[in-house]
Amino acid sequence: MSDTLKIAGHEFKSRLMVGTGKYSTNELMREALDASGTEVVTVAVRRIDLTGGEGSLLEYIDTKKYTLLPNTAGCYTIDDALRTARLAREALETDLVKLEVMGDEKTLFPDNEASLEATKILVKEGFKVLAYTNDDPIMARKLEEAGAAAVMPLAAPIGSGLGIRNPYNIRIIIEGAGVPIIVDAGVGTASDAALAMELGCDGILMNTGIACAKDPLAMARAMGLATTAGRLAYRAGRIPKKLYASASSPIDGLIA
Amino acid sequence: MEVTINGHTREVKENITLQSLLTELDIQRRGTAVEINREIIPRAGHGTHIIREGDVIEIITMVGGG
Repeated sequence: MSDTLKIAGHEFKSRLMVGTGKYSTNELMREALDASGTEVVTVAVRRIDLTGGEGSLLEYIDTKKYTLLPNTAGCYTIDDALRTARLAREALETDLVKLEVMGDEKTLFPDNEASLEATKILVKEGFKVLAYTNDDPIMARKLEEAGAAAVMPLAAPIGSGLGIRNPYNIRIIIEGAGVPIIVDAGVGTASDAALAMELGCDGILMNTGIACAKDPLAMARAMGLATTAGRLAYRAGRIPKKLYASASSPIDGLIA
Repeated sequence: MEVTINGHTREVKENITLQSLLTELDIQRRGTAVEINREIIPRAGHGTHIIREGDVIEIITMVGGG
């Protein structure tokens, strides 16, 4: 039975989205994307280096294979986020945007008020907004009502690798959601990814967990497998947790 | 005449089009976008848009990010 992730008219077999930042080289980034099995790749918008420098990032990303998801990372105001989203749309000819409006540099927690306002404006302009937010079910609902194509609650602060800090909130968000819920940020290792998927998330987005692992290619593969395994386990339906034992071997026919 | 490109002042020819400026700067079309005085200049208009003295030009591209 097919089990695809559908977001704003796009359909993906892989439920893992991978960022392109923090890799030691673009070649390593390209190999990690491949090892992860991802189909959605995030990129950031910055001033072009007029002194030449390294080649364009896009030379290392096969855009026939991957859907590019530009972000508004580094934006702290609604205006900057809107400006960045519009530039990304012009540059990549895509309506997709991962909207981030940050609240402060130390935590990189989202400014939810600003994110909600920016979502409303971008949706009106025809953008398909994947909205980064914290693990607040009320905020997730408001973003959905504002027209977000997907809601992306954080597992933990960006780049922290702390894993899912509040699985109960994530569950509540999922239960109430009518759009895909993609856990974004804070995933540190494969078990974090599996847990997110077992909770019923529609997908996961990660960057640092792969890019900064000792062996990014092995971790990319591990994250891909964990995402798939977690999704399968979620769909299989886990057994309820019980306090006492329940024998797996029959009681009848015992020799003693 | 003087313009500002990505935060740096720069001398460019009078009446140069945006397209000629991008060619001079060796900017590829793919994955880039241009904003002049806070307004995006769509790709189709690059050939006809004339750069003016004092223009504040931003040229962006895609970099690694999460």
